[in-house]
Amino acid sequence: MSIEDIQNEIIDEFSMFEDWEERYQYMIDLGKDLPLIDDQYKTDSNIIKGCQSKVWVHAEMQDDKIEFTADSDAIITKGIIAILIRVFSNQHPKDIINADMGFIDKIGLKEHLSPTRANGLVSMIKQLKMYAIAYQTQLK
Amino acid sequence: MFNVETIRKDFPILSRKVNGKPLVYFDNAATSQTPQQVIDVIVDYYSNYNANIHRGVHSLSQEATDKYEQARQKIQNHFNAKHAHEIIFTSGTTHGINLVANGFSSLLKKDDEIIVSALEHHSNIVPWQMLCERSGATLKVIPMNQEGELVMTEYDKLLSKNTKLVFVNHISNALGTINPIEYIIEKAHQVGAAVLIDGAQSCPHIKPDVQALDVDFYVASAHKMCGPTGEGMLYGKESWLKKLPPYQGGGEMIAEVTFEKTTYADLPHKFEAGTPNICGGIAFGAAIDYMNAIDFDAIAKYEHELLEYATKQLSQIDGLKFYGTSKHKTSVISFNLEGIHPYDVGTILDKLGIAVRTGHHCAQPIMDYYKIPGTVRASFAFYNTKEEIDIFVSGVKKAKMMLS
Repeated sequence: MSIEDIQNEIIDEFSMFEDWEERYQYMIDLGKDLPLIDDQYKTDSNIIKGCQSKVWVHAEMQDDKIEFTADSDAIITKGIIAILIRVFSNQHPKDIINADMGFIDKIGLKEHLSPTRANGLVSMIKQLKMYAIAYQTQLK
Repeated sequence: MFNVETIRKDFPILSRKVNGKPLVYFDNAATSQTPQQVIDVIVDYYSNYNANIHRGVHSLSQEATDKYEQARQKIQNHFNAKHAHEIIFTSGTTHGINLVANGFSSLLKKDDEIIVSALEHHSNIVPWQMLCERSGATLKVIPMNQEGELVMTEYDKLLSKNTKLVFVNHISNALGTINPIEYIIEKAHQVGAAVLIDGAQSCPHIKPDVQALDVDFYVASAHKMCGPTGEGMLYGKESWLKKLPPYQGGGEMIAEVTFEKTTYADLPHKFEAGTPNICGGIAFGAAIDYMNAIDFDAIAKYEHELLEYATKQLSQIDGLKFYGTSKHKTSVISFNLEGIHPYDVGTILDKLGIAVRTGHHCAQPIMDYYKIPGTVRASFAFYNTKEEIDIFVSGVKKAKMMLS
């Protein structure tokens, strides 16, 4: 599936929720289901800065596509990463770099997009795209 | 007579909604809210007599200068300083600490020692570390115990003839512990050391008497005591302020300037380079008037009731752990829910319109001591109510349910 298709799928899922509580409960559940990062990658150099909670991200390239794994010590943050990983994982670096992130607004998480927000969603997106840029350079 | 419902009407912000819910503001230890009386003073300043102070011959400048200096006297009276010129206007507690730390750079030498406490805010750690780097002095730390109290027997052992400065907060921002500053000051003076007390967290709750305390320096912020942000004060004993060199150069702080030599202005202007936050200083004075009119004894008594009530309600929640359980506490509750990150709790509470602080509260050494990433901190002011505490407690229960 393309990044856009996945984003639309997520927008569909979130449109079923009636209030913030259902939305957050869903994110919390997503967080609980997030495949954990391998312990060897939970290093300080894999920590995304700018978050009040700790977030680790690891990226690997397979068949010209990037696979992300991640973890956090806060569950809502984990839920947010789970959504981002679902969108970005197993995608071509070029598509990740060019991806529009407007869907965040459409699933009612706009408040997390502010660069000053302590959970660092902006930092997470930036970090995932940085990986994509790095791998893209390798491909060339 | 203390009446919280009447008091609440003074604070326009308390009637707003956040995320569709009535605001419950429990982040008072970070910034207190502003009563209409203080807002009016700010509006009045910019509407009627905004002008630069001290040097203007025109009427507006004179009016502004009078009001600014009256505010200094209000602060002097409030803290019971001997002289008005012992009150230096600052941009806040951090500025005051840096001013003193910088001043001591030239007074300290290698082998001198500085004592801070394990309960300090980063703003009362970092400037002293920087001072040590500049002067070659050594930093010593008074340890804390499990209750979040400073261990005074260890403090006694740290003191020596090499101790030149002791810096302790009056009340811990992360835990709310009231430190025994009378004892700390007396003991420090016995070895000839100067003492700076960080009053950022105490001034919203109690009225310190700097002469009775015999403290050398005392710093506070206006924004924690119903005043504006970016404003604060440093009290320093006259003898110390005369001894310390100026912090910043600029206008206002000089007597005469030639390219060969500049002589500095007298106190307090020696430490007040540049155009100050004139409106902020005047509004700070108004905030002090406002709090005194309510009465600090009544404030302390009421806030203690809120603390006891909230502690009792929260302790009924399974898996909730308090940090900072000293008997001597102000209305600050730091806690965690077992297995749940404080950030998650804060996020859910925010959705419910409840403002608390989460994280390390700029006091990482305390978090390291407890081996936790941070806490949820609820801090109450005299305009909060038991009904708000009920909303908060059910919010915590809801957060626990959603996050477990």
